Amino acid sequence: MAWAKRILRVNLTEGTCKAEPLNMDWAMDYLGQRGLATKYFVEEVDPKVDPLSPENKLIMTTGPLTGTGASTAARYSVVTKGPLTNCIACSNSGGYFGAELKNAGWDMIIFEGKADKPVYLVIDDDEAELHDASEIWGTSVWHTDDWIKEKHQEPQFQIAAIGVPGENGVLFSAVVNNKHRAAGRSGVGTVMGSKNLKAVAVRGTKGITVNDPEAFEKAVNDAKAVIAGNAVTHEALPTYGTQVLTNIINELGALPTRNAQDVQFEKANDISGEAMHEPRRTDGKPNLVRNAGCFGCTIACGRISQIDPTHFSVKDKPQYHHASGGVEYENAWALGADTGVGDLEALTYCNYRCNEHALDPITTGATIAAAMELYKIGALTDEDTGGIKMEFGSAEALVAAVDAICDGTDFGKLLGLGSKRLCEKFGHPDLSMSVKGQEFPAYDPRGIQGMGLTYATSNRGACHLRSYTVASEVLGIPEKTDPLVTDGKAGLVKVFQDLTAFVDSSGLCIFTTFAWSAEDIAPQIDAACEGDWSVENLMKVGERIWNLERKFNLDAGMTAEDDTLPKRILKEAAKTGPAKGLVNGLDKMLPEYYELRGWTPQGVPTEETLSRLGLA
Amino acid sequence: MHHLIIGAGPAGVRAAETLRKLDGQAKITLIDGEGEAPYSRMAIPYYLSGKIDEQGTWLHRPVDFYAENAIDLVPGRVASVDAGAKTVTLEDGRSLAYDKLLLASGARAVNPPVEGLDGDLVHHCWTIDDARRIAQLAHEGARVVLMGAGFIGSIILESLVARGADLTVVEIEDRMVPRMLDETAGSMLKRWCEKKGVKVLTSTRIGGVYEGGGELNIALSTGEAIKADLLVVAAGVTPNIECMHGTGVESRSGVVVNSRMETSLPDVWAAGDCAEGCDFSTGDLSTLAIQPVAVEQARVAAQNMAGIATEYHCALPMNVLETLGLITTSFGKHDGLQTGERATALDEEQWRYIRLEFHDGKLIGAQTAGHVNMIGCLRGLIQGRMPLGPWKDILLREPHRVAEAYVDLSRGVS
Amino acid sequence: MDKALVIDVGKCTGCRQCELACSYEHTGTFNPARSRIAVFDFHEKGRFVPYTCTQCDQAWCQQVCPVGAITNEDGVKVVDAATCVGCKVCTIACPFGTVNYEPATGKVIKCDLCGGEPACAAACPTEAIVFTDVSVQGFEKMRAWAEKTDTAPQANA
Ligand SMILES: Cc1cc2nc3c(=O)[nH]c(=O)nc-3n(C[C@H](O)[C@H](O)[C@H](O)COP(=O)(O)OP(=O)(O)OC[C@H]3O[C@@H](n4cnc5c(N)ncnc54)[C@H](O)[C@@H]3O)c2cc1C
Ligand code: SF4
Ligand code: SF4
Repeated sequence: MAWAKRILRVNLTEGTCKAEPLNMDWAMDYLGQRGLATKYFVEEVDPKVDPLSPENKLIMTTGPLTGTGASTAARYSVVTKGPLTNCIACSNSGGYFGAELKNAGWDMIIFEGKADKPVYLVIDDDEAELHDASEIWGTSVWHTDDWIKEKHQEPQFQIAAIGVPGENGVLFSAVVNNKHRAAGRSGVGTVMGSKNLKAVAVRGTKGITVNDPEAFEKAVNDAKAVIAGNAVTHEALPTYGTQVLTNIINELGALPTRNAQDVQFEKANDISGEAMHEPRRTDGKPNLVRNAGCFGCTIACGRISQIDPTHFSVKDKPQYHHASGGVEYENAWALGADTGVGDLEALTYCNYRCNEHALDPITTGATIAAAMELYKIGALTDEDTGGIKMEFGSAEALVAAVDAICDGTDFGKLLGLGSKRLCEKFGHPDLSMSVKGQEFPAYDPRGIQGMGLTYATSNRGACHLRSYTVASEVLGIPEKTDPLVTDGKAGLVKVFQDLTAFVDSSGLCIFTTFAWSAEDIAPQIDAACEGDWSVENLMKVGERIWNLERKFNLDAGMTAEDDTLPKRILKEAAKTGPAKGLVNGLDKMLPEYYELRGWTPQGVPTEETLSRLGLA
Repeated sequence: MHHLIIGAGPAGVRAAETLRKLDGQAKITLIDGEGEAPYSRMAIPYYLSGKIDEQGTWLHRPVDFYAENAIDLVPGRVASVDAGAKTVTLEDGRSLAYDKLLLASGARAVNPPVEGLDGDLVHHCWTIDDARRIAQLAHEGARVVLMGAGFIGSIILESLVARGADLTVVEIEDRMVPRMLDETAGSMLKRWCEKKGVKVLTSTRIGGVYEGGGELNIALSTGEAIKADLLVVAAGVTPNIECMHGTGVESRSGVVVNSRMETSLPDVWAAGDCAEGCDFSTGDLSTLAIQPVAVEQARVAAQNMAGIATEYHCALPMNVLETLGLITTSFGKHDGLQTGERATALDEEQWRYIRLEFHDGKLIGAQTAGHVNMIGCLRGLIQGRMPLGPWKDILLREPHRVAEAYVDLSRGVS
Repeated sequence: MDKALVIDVGKCTGCRQCELACSYEHTGTFNPARSRIAVFDFHEKGRFVPYTCTQCDQAWCQQVCPVGAITNEDGVKVVDAATCVGCKVCTIACPFGTVNYEPATGKVIKCDLCGGEPACAAACPTEAIVFTDVSVQGFEKMRAWAEKTDTAPQANA
């Protein structure tokens, strides 16, 4: 019921695929997906493991609702120890891959060891088999996707794959499914590459049932009606995608610009969701072709774009003239505002390439931004960049840098370290806008204070998707708080973190929470799954997951000192906008947060907290 | 108006239904030469494998259907036709007048020139009566030899295995289903059958059959001999057109029809396995002896008989075959044209194959193994003569994307 | 048949709620592989195309069935699974590819309009699929497209 109750264990060293029953006791404590896979992971893997060694494991995992008729029930996650962060990594993706995996009768796949030659996994319902990937090793995600379908004559395969950077150890390689949906962050694709695992192709025809069909139908229909009646999920997101935020966040003075030297981007409107609808001067067509939904999604925030074929980035490259995934807010920011580039077509090209080769666009853009700043101060020279003039605002430099990462040039390899290692290498560690090795995304913590605490405490390194306080601080969901103050943010962050942890464990998309409260979500899970899935229990499950992740990170060697922000955010005041003169007040929020979490002042969960959550 | 139909197989029955729908008043007589409730030969394999009982093979259940629709079901066989007097004479001497006549007498199985095929342990598998006899002999463990691994042979193969028979297939050509599948697919099918425990002897002829001591001794061209409890002969069919002798109707192996299913005689139409009409793939005359063609021709004939001028688009060869779980299909000029282009994809390990044949920017033929999804699109693409445009190049590289090509081309997406 | 599924491909976001609803209605499980309607993803064109039987007048599938397993219920061609012997001849006869064989059940499946209340249309969040009067323009357009491949014997009258 809802769960397939079965996991696939793939030992890449041995070349074996074995079925195991899902541990239902753990499922009752961790629900599925992020929580349950993390439980398996911490039980099986030494926290001190080198993320790129065969001893690390990688789990592809669905939630109990994945593949059911609930709105947005598309999600799957990749859980491993991240090479970018040395923390627990959990990256979440939509598209059609997760639902197909569940329909093949698997809750998760645990990959262990390392194949001696490149392989890809094919799952056809109950059958799972590793195949030789030597012909696709060294090729892109897009090519791999086409090749596998052709080889097996199966157009209905759903495929998740890595590109060349993931094979070559670029530390922020993603796992991309359906050619443009990414389990993006922390280098989960790099781990896949380190295991010589190129791709996973799935065909599932077994079907998914739920525990109480009638209650489920009602809960799902009620919840769909809430989405259809909400301005964000029914109008803003389908029309503009997450890109609806660009102008809003810019006006708020929270759009990190030119490696966060500024908090407002003068060309924000040129790269905004609105701009994607505007006919281009060159060919009269808009950048945006249409919106698209993931499996089961009744929001459909996804962007499908088509680049102006006369644009310099693709002029002689017809292979990029077709439609594909367009820029989302994070990508437009990272590749655009953060590098100072206001050329939407260039950003779309870079976005295509990030999808084509499975790169995390946030870290890609933010690392290029850091390189631009290093270049500006002379720490990085033309010799290092292979002659690319890494100037802020240069679309040519941006395009060349992204190409360099995809193509694996010397400069591409440098960029492939991510901003932290790059800036350290060139003697300016403070120029990396990262926490725990991972670049923060598109919300400047000086303009949105709660996001400072979000980034500092995120278990997978800086990330907006661990507690999206923007919802409250900017959009007023569930209620409006002042983005410029720190008061009350510790509590807000904790609630958002716990809520997000269980949503990420369910198979649902976090964007539903623009419209849904926990009260809309719980009945859907409760009807689908056996067990008690009240709001109260789900929040406790979320808290348990959070503490489990925290414990893993502490055991991996992380300390409270790592719960911090880049110096620039803490010391250099915002120059313009509503937050002008402000830095982030992390020191005012963090102790309160630890206390609310039931952690010691050193950020360690107390015995009491652990035993209350059953983690002792 | 009296419509008379000779033969109550699929063609005859579909024609009668169509006529009734178009004309509530006309008198419709359907002559049933087998004295059974009208049934489908195609269902025989499922009767043999025990999936359905005899009633399951009927074209309509219950048989009241015919009475309810005022279709006069007359048992008997037509011995001759007088097209001038517009009468038919039955074997029992009865004579019936008609205004419009449809010949839907189908085909019958024939024997190749081999000694000893007339014994009690040798049967065709063409009529329900044949099937009853086979059912008696092909019991669990019985040694059964199947002569011919053509389309019909390969279909009943599965039923014989399902009955638990110990089966040996003998085929004169070098592979299975040679007229439907190429070397690659035909050989794949053979390997598949062998993997499932069926002995398949290709490039082998049965030289003679000798009965003695309640069993058969079957001599093979290889010099070997095999013993069997039953020999099933599936080695070809011929149209039933004897009753038209003396009418002067134009005929070759079947009665020749034009695109309206008219024969050379006034007020006489023909449809189904007995008719020889234009072949979509070659433009020549041919009899295909397949169900889709039989029922489509019947419908066209009936419409014309009812006064609605209708043209048939010509008969497209097409077959789908499941053999012990492996599904193969074939459409149109599956072996292509010398001047055409070809795309193939083969995955021996996974038992998958697809071959497409193109000519002049269009699909003209196809065959597949191991594919079931939206397979009818192949017919649509071929028979719709759809210009493939940019899809041709894509399909040349990636033939497995035909369904996508079809939907794109037919739903106006391009 | 005076109502039909009218599909506006421009509105489809590719969410497959129709496939989910269809499979749930017919099999009691969420299983797009067993849906009678399939959404095609023309990724490089930025188009999604929901695709199913248009209940064509020719009814190739019904005509060809050797055992009368497909009936015409007021224009809707319905497969009776109990009668179907799984011969698959309907799957090659339908030139639209909209009757499909299911190895799991040994039978064929096709759209039956859910007995008059199609679950796909009810589930579609964008009104890309609506169940409406056949006289609306969209349906004519769909039929016109279909006719491009309609290998039907064409009445000249
Ligand atoms: C075992 C088997 C499996 C098959 N499987 C397939 C398949 O999978 N796909 C496919 O496309 N085709 C298949 N076929 C072929 C298909 O059954 C025929 O193409 C189809 O039956 C032709 O229909 P018909 O009405 O033209 O002829 P028939 O079905 O032969 O019907 C003609 C009828 O007319 C009667 N008749 C003949 N002469 C006279 C007369 N003088 N007076 C009165 N009645 C007369 C006959 O007895 C018979 O009942 C199969 C055939 C067999 C035997
Ligand atoms: S399944 Fe095909 S032949 Fe049957 S009614 Fe639908 S479109 Fe027509
Ligand atoms: S597969 Fe079933 S429905 Fe289709 S023609 Fe055969 S018996 Fe009839």
